[in-house]
Amino acid sequence: MPTEAEVTTDRVEQVIFDGLAEVGADREQISRESTFEALEVDSLDLVEIAQIVEDEFGVELEGDDVKDLRNVGEVIDLVVARSS
Amino acid sequence: MRRRVVITGIGAVTPLGVGADALIERWSDGQCGIEDGAGRADEFRAEDFMTRKEARRSDRFAQFSLAAADEALGRAGWSSDLPYEPQRVGCVIGTGIGGLGSLEEQEGVLRERGAKAVSPLSVPLMMGNAAAAAVAMRHGIHGHTYGVVSACAAGAHAIGTATRMIETGDADGAVAGGAEAALTGLAVAAFSAMGATSPSGVSRPFDKRRDGFVMGEGAGALVLEDAEAAERRGAEPLGEVIGYAATSDAHHLTAPEPSGADAARAITLALEDASLSPGEIDYVNAHGTSTPLNDRSETESLKTALGEDARRVPISSTKSAIGHLLGAAGAVEAIATLEALRRRTAPPTLGWEQRDDGLDLDYVPGEARPLGAASNGDGERPLVGISNSFGFGGHNAVLCLSA
Repeated sequence: MPTEAEVTTDRVEQVIFDGLAEVGADREQISRESTFEALEVDSLDLVEIAQIVEDEFGVELEGDDVKDLRNVGEVIDLVVARSS
Repeated sequence: MRRRVVITGIGAVTPLGVGADALIERWSDGQCGIEDGAGRADEFRAEDFMTRKEARRSDRFAQFSLAAADEALGRAGWSSDLPYEPQRVGCVIGTGIGGLGSLEEQEGVLRERGAKAVSPLSVPLMMGNAAAAAVAMRHGIHGHTYGVVSACAAGAHAIGTATRMIETGDADGAVAGGAEAALTGLAVAAFSAMGATSPSGVSRPFDKRRDGFVMGEGAGALVLEDAEAAERRGAEPLGEVIGYAATSDAHHLTAPEPSGADAARAITLALEDASLSPGEIDYVNAHGTSTPLNDRSETESLKTALGEDARRVPISSTKSAIGHLLGAAGAVEAIATLEALRRRTAPPTLGWEQRDDGLDLDYVPGEARPLGAASNGDGERPLVGISNSFGFGGHNAVLCLSA
């Protein structure tokens, strides 16, 4: 469920970094600049990330929202923008 | 003339440990992998065989299969590169149920948190062909690849199917096996509800006191190759699949046909496939589930198929040491059969003490016993054994191996 806490960029970044590590990405390689390709994150992983984001922030990400995003920072920015 | 099929690699994950050697050595030594009424593959650690990501993307049954296949391919010398065109290599892995643990977990998610919370990995985790897919992906296998589903005969059907694939020229090599991880709440309750599993939690096949099977988990994998191609690449075969047959009882959902007629026909056809007579069999690895019905009908089927030789041949059940691995059983037991032949040793049917009326064959009670050539001193002749597998639904599959 969405939490009451304010949705800050730092918090979104932390949740998404943790989510990427959870789906098996190498934590040391995870940064805002890293691409999903480099992290070996595929469409199934992105669905899991979207589920985590919705649980945490109440922001729904559909396939069309993320299909053109190339790197982690773009997802973080999208979530922050959607939640404000 | 059809192509001959040799076995060049074996691998196993069982309640007796990780590795084919652990299986045969511990069983022959009289050790039992059953604790508290279940045969758990407790020694298995997914992280020893795969990355965290691979582990997340495979149900426990597929994880067992990846580990068993790693061992088998390593033994065959296939680890770094396939020795044949990848398009000419197959992968057939049987299972009784597939990723049941994943299915149960996601069913819980669906009930508690709704459809949107269900994992996108659910289907690839639970599908019955997931083990075959995982092994093929890891090793770059591009030929015929699929799962085989025939309950407790699946592992044997998989090996038989892969053997035919090579015999007929559809492949030059194949990975074949079976995998199961069904020690889950639903499966344990369901097998118990139908009265199939042992209330006492003891697996003692063919013993008068037997009261059902003990569930186990694990996987077996074999590398099979066209004999001539294996010879050309300098591989040293462990043994050969010389015969295979499959039949169906068409009798009852779960109970074997009491006379064992179709099971006997499968044994006879497998011997014919191998151009052998009953007098040439050195060892039988029985299906031997420890259920009242199977062990009786299997005894009948052996008497029908082997005649007087049924009383001469040592017959033992791997399930006495590891329980019933369901869809993995046929593969793990084919490996046990091969190793019994190679080591010239019939491992014992553990726990057999009391003779039941009509169950009057030699079930190798007590301790392991020298087999064939070792006991009669006739030198280098390859030994021949059969491995029986019978599944709910009345599916019978029999493999005939030599080593």
